[in-house]
Amino acid sequence: MKFERYGIGIAKGLTVTIRHLFRHPTVSQYPEQRLNISRRFRGNELVWNKEKCTGCGTCAKTCPQGAIEIVTSTDMTENKYVVDKYQVDTGYCINCGLCIESCPYEALYFSHAFECARYRRSELVQSKDDMLETPERKVSGYFYPDKANKLPEQTLLVEKVTEKR
Amino acid sequence: MAVRTEPFVLNMGPVHPSTHGVFRMRVTLDGEVVVDIEPIFGYLHRGIEKLAEQRTYTGIIPLTDRLDYISSMSNNFAYCLAVEKLAGIKVPERAEYIRVIIAELQRVAALLIAVGAFLNDCGAFFTPFLYMFRERERIVDLFEMVSGQRLTYNYMRVGGVSQDLPDEFMPALRKFMNMMPRFMAEYDRLLVQNEILIARAKGVGILTGEQAINCSASGPVLRASGVKWDIRKADPYSIYDRFDFAIPTQTTGDCYDRYRQRVEETRQSLHIIRQAMEQIPSGPVRAELPQLIRPPAGEAYAHIEAPKGELGFYLVSDNSIAPYRCHIRPPSLINLTALRDMVRGWKIADLIIIFGSIDITVGEIDR
Repeated sequence: MKFERYGIGIAKGLTVTIRHLFRHPTVSQYPEQRLNISRRFRGNELVWNKEKCTGCGTCAKTCPQGAIEIVTSTDMTENKYVVDKYQVDTGYCINCGLCIESCPYEALYFSHAFECARYRRSELVQSKDDMLETPERKVSGYFYPDKANKLPEQTLLVEKVTEKR
Repeated sequence: MAVRTEPFVLNMGPVHPSTHGVFRMRVTLDGEVVVDIEPIFGYLHRGIEKLAEQRTYTGIIPLTDRLDYISSMSNNFAYCLAVEKLAGIKVPERAEYIRVIIAELQRVAALLIAVGAFLNDCGAFFTPFLYMFRERERIVDLFEMVSGQRLTYNYMRVGGVSQDLPDEFMPALRKFMNMMPRFMAEYDRLLVQNEILIARAKGVGILTGEQAINCSASGPVLRASGVKWDIRKADPYSIYDRFDFAIPTQTTGDCYDRYRQRVEETRQSLHIIRQAMEQIPSGPVRAELPQLIRPPAGEAYAHIEAPKGELGFYLVSDNSIAPYRCHIRPPSLINLTALRDMVRGWKIADLIIIFGSIDITVGEIDR
């Protein structure tokens, strides 16, 4: 390296950084500015469909963490299983989605929520009444493309203009 | 009068910003010069190989996400290939293409982090890292779109992938592919001629080709030393034999070469993605399989070219729903064995750079 040419590389590099001054910021300020998450988002909670569930227990068998607990009893008058207890410990859940994938009756979904912090560990355990679908607990489109199409489209960084301000 | 000196033992890590996770080195120093190092790991041991023996074949896939968390998709890929080899499962054509696209995107994302973290160690404090993170973010957005998560994707399944690509994936990928060469040029302008980087990285931590082969290094570390060995070409898995790509190599095997090697490999990955995007057929994305896979008794080893090197899964089946034994060959651990040869005689400031240039993930070393 010749001494007189020393510094050209640094100057070239600095032009890149200076050019970034005049670009749109790529970062969004989270709590105020919210981006749409993926339509297939695997949220922190599960949504359980009371009508469709037959109590077969496939989800509990597939769960690699053993986070799903299901207790059923037989109803002799209607000749079907009654789900007495359906409980998910979201503290153990790793959001892998294998339960939803395996459910043969399409009775289990991911929720589209992600701000699910709790103060106590016991609050992470969700009983079957906590897991029903409500207007606040939207269903994610993971494994359900028809549900995914109803959700808002994901914000992508490739779509954002980052070149000129 | 001669000054009497004695070796000094320094503990670097386990919580040191430059050790990329919880990794510890016991460094023996003579003044400022490194005499010897002893890597000590196990701080992140979770017993994944043992846990795998109690899980179903599908239930192990979330575990493989947590090996090398920078490149989860590659881990899923290697594991699924091993199970498919064990059980003799044929993967649909479209799923193969999706896997290749996703795995190559993952390689780009992982190599960007590797380069960024290396430059961070060199003292280019977070400027190039942040630029590269921005491009990684675009890839992670795409992964979030297909799998629903941003780090532990759990996307590939035995016999295909979990779901088909959403409709909005291909336009977004095309946009990304148009964008990426410009950003690659920008990184080059930022760094290739940079005198400080050249002074710090060129000629530092030389690993000769022979040494690299002796410690069975793989991936960019091996190819930067001039050995032309890539599993995608040497033992083609999946459908890599259909694509036209080159294996870039460097000559000296110093830190600068390893950095250049990673950049060149990113270019080749983009080249593969471009070809796969054109050729991708439509059709099913998952083979028809029972929910619980019971491969016949036997053993199989499948390896892929992960971003860090050869990632292999060795599975032994006893015809039950869980593997009898699951062994993982992590590239980070094996590449780490080359560290001692590289750092001897260099100063402690160079140790940081040399260590950064190997690009390890501790999640994979400790498993």
